Amino acid sequence: MDAHEAHHEFEIPYTVHPRPDTGLYNGKLGIWLFLASEVMLFGALFSSYILLRTSAPTWPRGWEFLNVPLATANTFILISSSVTVVLGWANLRLGNLKWGRIFIACTILLATLFLINKGFEYHHEFVEGRLPSTNNFMALYFTLTGLHGLHVLGGIIVFLYMLFPGAKMWGKDRARYTNRIEIAGLYWHFVDLVWIFLFPALYLM
Amino acid sequence: MTEQLVEPTAPSDGMPLPESHAEDAHVHGGVHDPNLHHSPEEIKREIRVYLWVFAGLAMLTALTVYACYGLRTPVHVAIGIALAIACMKGFLVAGFFMHLLSEKRLIYSILGLTVVFFAILMWGPWNHWADMIGR
Repeated sequence: MDAHEAHHEFEIPYTVHPRPDTGLYNGKLGIWLFLASEVMLFGALFSSYILLRTSAPTWPRGWEFLNVPLATANTFILISSSVTVVLGWANLRLGNLKWGRIFIACTILLATLFLINKGFEYHHEFVEGRLPSTNNFMALYFTLTGLHGLHVLGGIIVFLYMLFPGAKMWGKDRARYTNRIEIAGLYWHFVDLVWIFLFPALYLM
Repeated sequence: MTEQLVEPTAPSDGMPLPESHAEDAHVHGGVHDPNLHHSPEEIKREIRVYLWVFAGLAMLTALTVYACYGLRTPVHVAIGIALAIACMKGFLVAGFFMHLLSEKRLIYSILGLTVVFFAILMWGPWNHWADMIGR
């Protein structure tokens, strides 16, 4: 067995090309299975939210004390970051690594800005004495936004890896690197999707 | 597991590939990979769609905030408006950014199963609410 054959034997299969039986490359199937489990995680929390809200004799409306303008800005920031991810992916598919990386860097910056804003919001709530132990609404607010914030942080770490050490893959296997960005992007759009429902549920209704 | 390679049937038309993958980019194991099939013109068209979707998402966000926060609508109206607009935004993100409008059947099957279990999760509070109304 020569060196090339040995390399081929240990190569992870279906990282670029779809499997004949699933029609998908393995990473894509994997991320969708992961996202399905994430739907159940957030779904359980939304279910708790509805149960607690419908059981309560009174329920506060978020906009009476939460910072709606800042949360609205965060919504714009997150949907902008979803666009920068797809633009990055599209540029990689066009063979343009430079612009692909610029858009990934924009995504990281926007995600960081989202977390900074969230930090300001949390600080304000703590200063005002509104803690998770204050009432059911605040407990849900901190649990839901905290878990979502952790997902944003996870996304930042993944994109930082893709932007710096992970980008070396471009030189060896462009299609595989492009697929990795697609997978990370799918995760990121899901994080955006969760916020799309969290924002009105906590701040506007 | 080893990959079953099939000779390509179409000329290279899109994403640049490393030499090792350039020849078998389009048809692999008898399965076409849509990501490897788009021409630069098609990808540029996709980019325009993404920008329109972004504009739609921004407009819908502004509309939700104006309707629920700006107008201080009653709670039941706010819930209706906010949920309807959130569903529209969710459709835009899932359909266009996550490409669910043109995905493989297996992914639809996974999501179908997820919807069933999600519905079970929502059945609990719904049942509770229905009990409260009846009481």
